[in-house]
Amino acid sequence: MPVVMDGVRMARSLTRIAHEIVERNRGVEDLALIGIRARGVPLAERLAAEIEQIAGVRVPTGALDITLYRDDLRRPAVGPQPVLRRTDVPFSIDDRLILLVDDVLYTGRTIRAAFDALIDFGRPRAIQLVALIDRGHRELPIRADYVGRNIPTSRQQSVQVRLQEIDGRDEVEVEG
Amino acid sequence: MTTVATGLATRDLLGIRDLSAPEIELILQTAFAMKEIGTRPIKKVPTLRGRTIVNLFFENSTRTRMSFELAEKRLSADTLGMTTAGSSVSKGETLLDTARTLEAMSPDMIVIRHGSSGAPHQLARICRASIVNAGDGTNEHPTQALLDAFTMLEHKGRLAGLKVAIVGDLLHSRVFRSNVLLLTKMGAEVRACAPPTLVPPGLRAMGLHVTSSLDEAVSGADVVMMLRLQLERMQGLFLPSMREYFTLFGLTPRVLERAASDVIVMHPGPMNRGVEIDSEVADGPWSVILDQVANGVAVRMAVLYLLAGGEGEGGDK
Amino acid sequence: MQVLLKGVHVVDPANGRNGECDVLVEGDRIARVGRDIPVGDARVVELPRGCLVTPGLIDIHVHLREPGQEHKETIATGTASAVAGGFTAVACMPNTTPVNDSASVTEFILKRAAEANLARVYPIGAVSMGSKGGQLTEVGDLVKAGCVAITDDGRPVETALLMRRALEYASMFGIPVVNHCEDPSLKGDGVVHESPTTSMLGLKGIPGAAESIMVERDVSVAELTGGRVHIAHMSARQSLRAVRDGKARGVAVTAEVCPHHFLLTDSALTGGRAYDTNFKMNPPLREEADRAAMIEGLQDGSIDAIVTDHAPHHADEKALEFDHAPFGIVGLETAVSLCLDRLVHAGLISMTRMVELLSPNPARVLGLPGGAITEGRPADLTILAPDAPVTVRASTFKSKGRNTPFEGWTLKGAVAATIVGGRAVYVNEPVLGRASL
Repeated sequence: MPVVMDGVRMARSLTRIAHEIVERNRGVEDLALIGIRARGVPLAERLAAEIEQIAGVRVPTGALDITLYRDDLRRPAVGPQPVLRRTDVPFSIDDRLILLVDDVLYTGRTIRAAFDALIDFGRPRAIQLVALIDRGHRELPIRADYVGRNIPTSRQQSVQVRLQEIDGRDEVEVEG
Repeated sequence: MTTVATGLATRDLLGIRDLSAPEIELILQTAFAMKEIGTRPIKKVPTLRGRTIVNLFFENSTRTRMSFELAEKRLSADTLGMTTAGSSVSKGETLLDTARTLEAMSPDMIVIRHGSSGAPHQLARICRASIVNAGDGTNEHPTQALLDAFTMLEHKGRLAGLKVAIVGDLLHSRVFRSNVLLLTKMGAEVRACAPPTLVPPGLRAMGLHVTSSLDEAVSGADVVMMLRLQLERMQGLFLPSMREYFTLFGLTPRVLERAASDVIVMHPGPMNRGVEIDSEVADGPWSVILDQVANGVAVRMAVLYLLAGGEGEGGDK
Repeated sequence: MQVLLKGVHVVDPANGRNGECDVLVEGDRIARVGRDIPVGDARVVELPRGCLVTPGLIDIHVHLREPGQEHKETIATGTASAVAGGFTAVACMPNTTPVNDSASVTEFILKRAAEANLARVYPIGAVSMGSKGGQLTEVGDLVKAGCVAITDDGRPVETALLMRRALEYASMFGIPVVNHCEDPSLKGDGVVHESPTTSMLGLKGIPGAAESIMVERDVSVAELTGGRVHIAHMSARQSLRAVRDGKARGVAVTAEVCPHHFLLTDSALTGGRAYDTNFKMNPPLREEADRAAMIEGLQDGSIDAIVTDHAPHHADEKALEFDHAPFGIVGLETAVSLCLDRLVHAGLISMTRMVELLSPNPARVLGLPGGAITEGRPADLTILAPDAPVTVRASTFKSKGRNTPFEGWTLKGAVAATIVGGRAVYVNEPVLGRASL
């Protein structure tokens, strides 16, 4: 199936998003990036680096695991289960502008879970959403503030984002 | 590289005996993630919202019960406590009756502490709910062994190859049985140390290093785990006196000099100071006893979460 | 009224018979055994191919629970269970409520047995009043009332002195003393065999030595007194050694073993049936070396008899925690199938040896009539279908007890019919087919 984004385009998209973030918020004061595990975390790190290039300031980054907030944990289940990874938000989110970063925006349920998780850490001034890919088919009233690329898909397909840090190469592929 | 299971193969946690090394690894990794929740301003996640957990304690155990309760509450489960002294037989009710009464309340999980070995296994055969063994007789105390392993992992970064001395009343200790099973599965080297009257039969046949010399057990050890001497059990022929026990098996700073320089000292609590452990050791720099308590909550959260089940690895990608 | 079992395979070790012949039953007696017996007025019965006729099987160790524990078993249900299991006679233990320590209890048991009119019942009286280990019972009175031996089964004869006096006194009546051998202090509150397996299960152990210490003592005391001692439900390899040594020295010692002790080990307590109270009995399931020793004892003759130690309990009693549940399992309705499948078909002992262990030998141990198909003697016969398949289902037991560790076992070898005093008291119709007894 087709590779819809290669490494060069991915880097370009992230640079563009970084510019948009700085422009739209008129600077980077009180900004923090929180990536949703797994692939939102390296994306947040890369955006932080891009923003540093533009604004000369390193904004804090964190990692959020939303597994414990999912709405699809069911019993009885013996066998595979979402792997729980550590949440790491080493700064106060109170009164900050939080940029939530994920690789693919689809039904919106992950983002809903992420909101619940974030609120347990404090009361941010505002939350904005960054998605590398928006593939449509929303089931909740959620939209991204910054999108790398909109890709029309069918529900039967799946979108695989691969990142150097985790998968050894940068690309986005539509499967199925 | 250790293999990690993608889920637990059983719906109950009856003992370490039934867990594989990759499953133990999964529980420990999950506990690592759970521990972070205890550092948040709001120490609660909605994961087990709407699930009912019954804490069925046939033996008084404030520590374990509180640790489980806190774990359950941090995962937003609804919890019911039932503490009754003695066995069901003393109330003229069979274990089966107790189980049926509980089942009528449709709990999702039952955490059971019982004075009789195997009571959780018997319950598991008749209950729909997942059974978590919080200590049964002299059989197992699996969550204690898991939290002990987690604590060792935190301090030592590994379990494989660790030299662990376990000292005390091995015969009557469920903590010992669970720890031996877990540590040997994970590749640690266990030295079991006790007077011969308190050594379970067949330990050597299991390939364990068994000794009655505390110096020998502690020599070069990375971890020294002291077990509680249950004073009420010691009347009779097991030990001549507490005084002699402390002389021969009490952990003092002098004995610890033989251990590895970065040795940690553990105790499942509650401690008998001056019987199995010198206060100077219990409160000294080697002691990780309070870490054990803190880690208990994270490990129990991990177990409850993993037993509650999931929908596979799918996400909304 | 005559019935002629025509051209049947008879296994009758006491008379050295193993082959085809005719058996003529007249009324409650065996009239003739031999080839080509003329039919005359007799009704002719032909058995399905493969069936065997043996002398009535005898279980000299059962608990019928009556009087006093009728919720577990009654003499009526216990003897129904016996005949369904192929036993024409049982010897019942005195640990009832009250204990069978007086002629009146013995008479009551025999009266109930006569009312049930199924298997023959031979009561065993107590050694000591209330089986408390103190005052000797009035053994003469018990024997006169019908007791065939004395024992405090359920408990050991605790002191060597009481054992000595019991053996001496019983010898006056020519009856043996049956002992449940177990050193109480070594047993403690143990619930399983002491072994690496059970110690890792956190269950308190009873070492094999708890049994053998007392077996050794009893052999010595029997040697001292010249009395006859019978070792009940032997389970430990050390005990077997003591019995063998005693027999070699000419001591009057005999021993019995239960199917669960030569078929199961403590490893049955692990895995899916962990802590299942149907594996809790006393003596406990021992380890492989003990199990193998019991088989050896059955083969070489150091063990005299196979018994069931049939010990029914109510399901509610067994539904307790492992350490609180009572000891004991039922055995009458599984023993013969287990022996056929696991001993004879497995090639460990011959059919003749199996019959010896289940009929003439137990009769000899307690001095009972029976154990042979002999002209003029009562027609107590068991008909076996050694190749018929059987699946153990506790729900179908005639016993009130459902506490079996063999639930679901599929075995080769069934009881086809049981005949007591010329009367078919149990007929397994699916196995026997059209043959009408």
